[in-house]
Amino acid sequence: MVEHAMAVHGELWTVKELFVLPNEYIYWSIQIVMYPFMTGLVAGAFVLSSLYHVFGVKQLKEIARFSLVFSFALLPVAMMPLLLHLQQPFRGINVMMTPHFTSAISAFGIVFMTYSFIVASEIWFEYRKHFVLTTQTLAAQTDRSGFDNLRMYFFKVLTLGAMDISNEAIQKDHNAVKKLATLGIPVACFLHGYAGFIFGSVKANALWMTPLMPVIFICSAVVSGIALCILCYVVTMEIRKFMAKRKMSRWAKDTSAPTVEQLQSAETQEIAIASNYLLYFMIAALTLEILDMIFRGYTQVKSWDILREVILERDFNKIFIMQYAIGNVLPFLLMVLPGRTVRRTTIATVLVIFGVFMMRWNVVIGGQAFSLSFSGFMHYHMPFLPTNWETFREGFFGAVTVMATPFVIFWFLNKIVPAFLKEDEAH
Amino acid sequence: MKRRDFMKKTIVVIAGASVPLSALDLIDPKEVLAANPEIHWAFLIDTYKCVGCGFCVKACKTENDIPFEANVSRTWVERYVYTKDDRRYVDSPQAAQYGFTEAKIDLGEHFGFQEIDPDNVGKAFFVPKLCNHCETPPCTQVCPVGATYKTDDGVVLVDRSWCIGCGYCIMACPFGARFFHPTEHVADKCTFCYHRITKGLETACVNACPFSARKMCNIRDINDPVTKIILNERVGVLKDEFGTRPQAFYIGLASEVR
Ligand code: SF4
Ligand code: SF4
Repeated sequence: MVEHAMAVHGELWTVKELFVLPNEYIYWSIQIVMYPFMTGLVAGAFVLSSLYHVFGVKQLKEIARFSLVFSFALLPVAMMPLLLHLQQPFRGINVMMTPHFTSAISAFGIVFMTYSFIVASEIWFEYRKHFVLTTQTLAAQTDRSGFDNLRMYFFKVLTLGAMDISNEAIQKDHNAVKKLATLGIPVACFLHGYAGFIFGSVKANALWMTPLMPVIFICSAVVSGIALCILCYVVTMEIRKFMAKRKMSRWAKDTSAPTVEQLQSAETQEIAIASNYLLYFMIAALTLEILDMIFRGYTQVKSWDILREVILERDFNKIFIMQYAIGNVLPFLLMVLPGRTVRRTTIATVLVIFGVFMMRWNVVIGGQAFSLSFSGFMHYHMPFLPTNWETFREGFFGAVTVMATPFVIFWFLNKIVPAFLKEDEAH
Repeated sequence: MKRRDFMKKTIVVIAGASVPLSALDLIDPKEVLAANPEIHWAFLIDTYKCVGCGFCVKACKTENDIPFEANVSRTWVERYVYTKDDRRYVDSPQAAQYGFTEAKIDLGEHFGFQEIDPDNVGKAFFVPKLCNHCETPPCTQVCPVGATYKTDDGVVLVDRSWCIGCGYCIMACPFGARFFHPTEHVADKCTFCYHRITKGLETACVNACPFSARKMCNIRDINDPVTKIILNERVGVLKDEFGTRPQAFYIGLASEVR
C-alpha cells in the first residue's frame, strides 16, 4: 500500500504478507464485487416478477409489477461496474466488435442485450394500455400547457402507434407478457449464472474453481433480488400510506385512490407470500454454499492448506459472522419464528441483502487473499476518500455511485411506467 | 491381361486408395505451418547455475521499458531457503531487479525482514521465472476481445492497441506472469523478446545472464544443443497440474517451487 513514484494498478490497496509473487495484486477489487451483486439484483427482481406472470401467484400482483420496473431500472447499472473497472474504458466496445467466444466475458454484451430487450418489451406490453390512456386523457384536455403537449407526444411515441385497447387487444398483451416472462427466466438465470461461470472457470484460482459457482450465484442472486424488491416495496408503500393519511397529491383529488387500510392489507399479504419465496431460495443458496465448503474440507487437495487458513482464520469474521450469521441465520430466524410482521420481514431483508453482498465480497476479494505461490497472503484496503479518478472508481464512492444509480433511474422511470397503477389501468 | 500388368495395376489402385482424402484438399500454408512449423520457441533454465544476481531482470526492464520504480516485472528471481528445523522461506525483493544483496528474507512491505542463522540453513537456491508461453494458455482463452494470442511459432503476445484492460488474463494465469503496465494501462507480460528473437538475436535476459542459467532454443530443431538437453535430460515444468503445458523447462526443479 505504499504510495510509489509509479504505483502499479492494484498496489494502492494491496498489502502483501510473506511470499507473494511480484506481479500479484488484488486486481479485481470493489467494482468486481459490485458486478455480480448488481447483476444478481437484476436477475432476482425479474424472477420475482415472473412468479406472478408465469406461475400465476396472484398474491404477488402488485409487487410483481413493481419488481419488473425495478429490474429495468437496475439493468443499466449491471454494466456500470464493469466499465468503471476497465483500464481502458473507452475500448469497452471492442467486446462487441471482436468477441472472442472462448472467453466467458465475451458473450456478456450479447446476453445482456437479449435480456434488456426482453425486459423492455415486457414492460411495453404491460404498460401499453397506460400509455394509450395517458395519451387520450391528455388529448382530451383543452387547456394543455406546453409541458402537457410534450408529455402527450412522448406517450404517443411510446405507444408505437398501437392505440387499440379493446379487450381482445389487451388480452393479447397479456399473453405476450406471459410469454416474455417465461422466456425471461432462463435468460435472467443465464445472465447471472454466467457471471458465476466467469469466476468458477478460472482454474488458476483455488477458491473460485468449482462447477457449483454458477448455481450458487443464481440462487444468491434470486435471494438478493427478492429481498431488495420486498424492501423497496415496503418503503414505497409506507410513503404511500403516509401520503394517504395526510391526503397528499393523488389522495387529495382522487376519491378512488386506495385507503390506508386497503394499502395496509395489500402490503401484508404481498410481503407474506414474497418472503416465503425468499426463504425457499435462501435455503437452496445456503445448502449449496455449505456443500461446497464441506467438499473442499473433505477432499483436502493441495490448495486446502491455504484455503483453510483464509476461510477458517483470516476471513473467519467476514465469512462466518457477517455472511452466515448476520446475513443468513439471523434473517432466517426473523422470518420463520412465529408472529412474523412486516417490520420484522423488512429488517430481515436488509440483513439478507447485506449477507449476499458479503458473499460476493468473500468470493471476489477472498479469492485474491492468498498468493498463487500458496506461501503468502494479500490484504485488501478499499480506498475511501477519492483523491483521484482511480481511487474514486475503484473505491468506496465508486461503489456507492453504482448502488445509488438504480434508485435515481427508478425515480425517473416511475414517472413514465408507474410501478403502482390504478386498478382500471392495470392488467 | 498379363500377370505382370495385373500386378502393376493392383499396385496403382492400392497406392491411389491409400492417399488420404485430406491430401486432395487445398493446402492452407498457415495450417501446415501451425501443424508442423519449423520454429517453436522454448526456454531452458538451469537453477543450479543461477546465483541470484538479478542481471536478467535488470536487462529485461531496460529492454522492454518496464520502469524500475514500478513493482512489477516480466521476469523475476525467487530465493528459496530451507532451514534444518524444517522451515521454508521464499522471497523475491522487487522481483530481484537489484539481485539478492541482503541475507535476510523479505516478508512483505509491512512485515519486515527475517534473519536466518547461516548454520541453520539446510538448502538454498534461486529460481528465475517468466511467462511459460504455455502450449494451451488459459490467459488467451479468457480474453474477451482476443487481444492476447499465441503466435504460430509458440509465443504468447498482447496487442496493446486492442486490450481493454479487464484483467481477466491476469487472473487466469496460474503463474503470476501477467500484470498491468504502469504507464500503458494494458495487460503486459514476457514476450520472449519477440522483437529480438525474430531477428536472430537472443532475448535480453539470456544475453545478460553471466552464468548461462537461461537459454533459448527452437524446440523443433533437434540438432540445437539446448533442444537436445530438453529432449534428453531430466527437465521439469512449473505447476504441471494446471494442464497448460509450459514451454519453459527447468533443470533442478524442486517440488516445493510453485
Ligand atoms: S505463463 Fe501465464 S501468461 Fe504465460 S502463457 Fe502461461 S498462462 Fe499465459
Ligand atoms: S486485460 Fe487485455 S489482454 Fe487481458 S483479458 Fe482483458 S482485454 Fe484481454
